[in-house]
Amino acid sequence: MRLQIREVLRSFRRTPLLSALSIAAIGFSLFTIGLFGLVAINFQQALTGLAERVEVVGFVLRGTPTESITLASQDIAAFPEVLDVNFVTEEQALTRAQRELVEFREAYRDLAVNPLPASLEIRLKPNFRDVKHAQQVAERLRGFPFVEDVRYGRDWVERLDRLRNMAGVVGLVIGFAFAVVAIVIIGVTIRITVLQRAKEISIMRLVGATNGFIRGPFLLEGATKGILGGLFSIALCWISFILFRSRLGAGISGLVFFTELQVMAFLFFGVLMGLGGSLVSVGRHLRNV
Amino acid sequence: MIRFSHVFKTYPNGAPALKDVSFHIPKGQFVFLTGHSGAGKSTVLSLLYADQRPNNGDVKVSGFSVGALTPREVPRLRRRLGIVFQDFRLLENRTAEENVAFALEVTDARRETIPNRVMRVLTRVGLASKAPAYPRELSGGEQQRVAIARALVNDPPILLADEPTGNLDERATKGVFQLLREINAGGTVVVMATHDLDMVREASYRTIELKGGSIVFDSAVDEAPSAAP
Ligand SMILES: Nc1ncnc2c1ncn2[C@@H]1O[C@H](COP(=O)(O)OP(=O)(O)OP(=O)(O)O)[C@@H](O)[C@H]1O
Ligand SMILES: [Mg+2]
Repeated sequence: MRLQIREVLRSFRRTPLLSALSIAAIGFSLFTIGLFGLVAINFQQALTGLAERVEVVGFVLRGTPTESITLASQDIAAFPEVLDVNFVTEEQALTRAQRELVEFREAYRDLAVNPLPASLEIRLKPNFRDVKHAQQVAERLRGFPFVEDVRYGRDWVERLDRLRNMAGVVGLVIGFAFAVVAIVIIGVTIRITVLQRAKEISIMRLVGATNGFIRGPFLLEGATKGILGGLFSIALCWISFILFRSRLGAGISGLVFFTELQVMAFLFFGVLMGLGGSLVSVGRHLRNV
Repeated sequence: MIRFSHVFKTYPNGAPALKDVSFHIPKGQFVFLTGHSGAGKSTVLSLLYADQRPNNGDVKVSGFSVGALTPREVPRLRRRLGIVFQDFRLLENRTAEENVAFALEVTDARRETIPNRVMRVLTRVGLASKAPAYPRELSGGEQQRVAIARALVNDPPILLADEPTGNLDERATKGVFQLLREINAGGTVVVMATHDLDMVREASYRTIELKGGSIVFDSAVDEAPSAAP
């Protein structure tokens, strides 16, 4: 093993530029996947929060007496699908909008009249949180005379959902393309090393080294590059994440980075790519030496 | 130890290199392979260390049948052979000592025994004092001794030498040949391809002469039929 590590270091020293190139190639391909991954993860995070918060909202006609609403709330809370009912007054709606929608803060402050209606926010029990049940509840809600309009946020939740999936797919496709490039670069590097060491390899053969033994240092070299590339990509992702959070993220709370497991997965993919590249080229070129 | 039975060898896109070659080399023998350039001497040796496979016939080397070797068996055969070439084939960026140790490192030899074994075999070829020297710091004769030390370090029962003195002057040639004789005296089979007919005449070892890929003379058969296999 010590011998093999020595061989890897020897090879790094002999072809520093090519080695750096392979590491960078792995790094950037994983970085691409990582960026899209981060977007997808944070979308997901935001969506779960939203989905839990509001399921069905009934907007209340202006000037409806509070007693009617209180009575109706009790009725609605008794629906089998409903977890709880929350009455949001016009003032509360305005305060919330000012707090949460940073970009509209200015606009709302200058308004003379509150344009936001009061509403009943109805959360559904966990196993009723789907379009079908939300629709049923919405239907019944429309039956109340003071309910002006009903929205169940499903449509835009679903749109966001699709967006998130798309971010994931785009990331995978681009990342995959980069990964292929990275594997090719590693393959070429290993091939050059194999040719450089053709004499050494033929002498190893002559004195009875097995193919496995000869391949060892090359595979170790590939795997090492993979790990380094993986670390590089995580560093890049982290830097991007920090930059994004400090520049734009002020109003967006709860941004998340990868979990440890996901970081490990990155390194794992790096190693796979490194091994893949070297296996392909060693397998093909060792025979010709 | 070694048996060729009706061996035919044609290289891809080449003329036949060996045609119906048969001979047997018993334990402990020293054999010269002679013949003009292109006669097939190197081909015979490369069949012995399974660098080439026969197209027809059978090549047996210390229990292995070269034609039927699996890829995993080739290294096992080579660990039981010492091989020496005209051009030494040493690694330039390693010292004499490291070059010899290399042959042990690629096998599963116990690591802690390697330095001792290397020094012992370097002493045997008379180069103990040159252990830390790089090949470029050694004379041709000394480089060939390092190569022989590397060939011997696994204690092989057979040593193959393809014109080991081809690049050496007269004195170095004498020294290397003397070393090979000593190795053979220790019980190792030595098969040596050579152009040096003076050397062949001087020593009364068995001689197999090839011409155009066929054996035209085998001293074991032609001079002492009763001793033939
Ligand atoms: N790798 C090869 N590919 C094709 N033909 C080859 C190869 N090696 C040898 N030959 C041919 O096989 C024949 C025998 O060659 P070989 O090397 O065995 O001769 P040799 O007796 O060792 O000659 P020399 O004394 O010059 O070393 C020659 O005709 C040569 O051209
Ligand atoms: Mg030859």
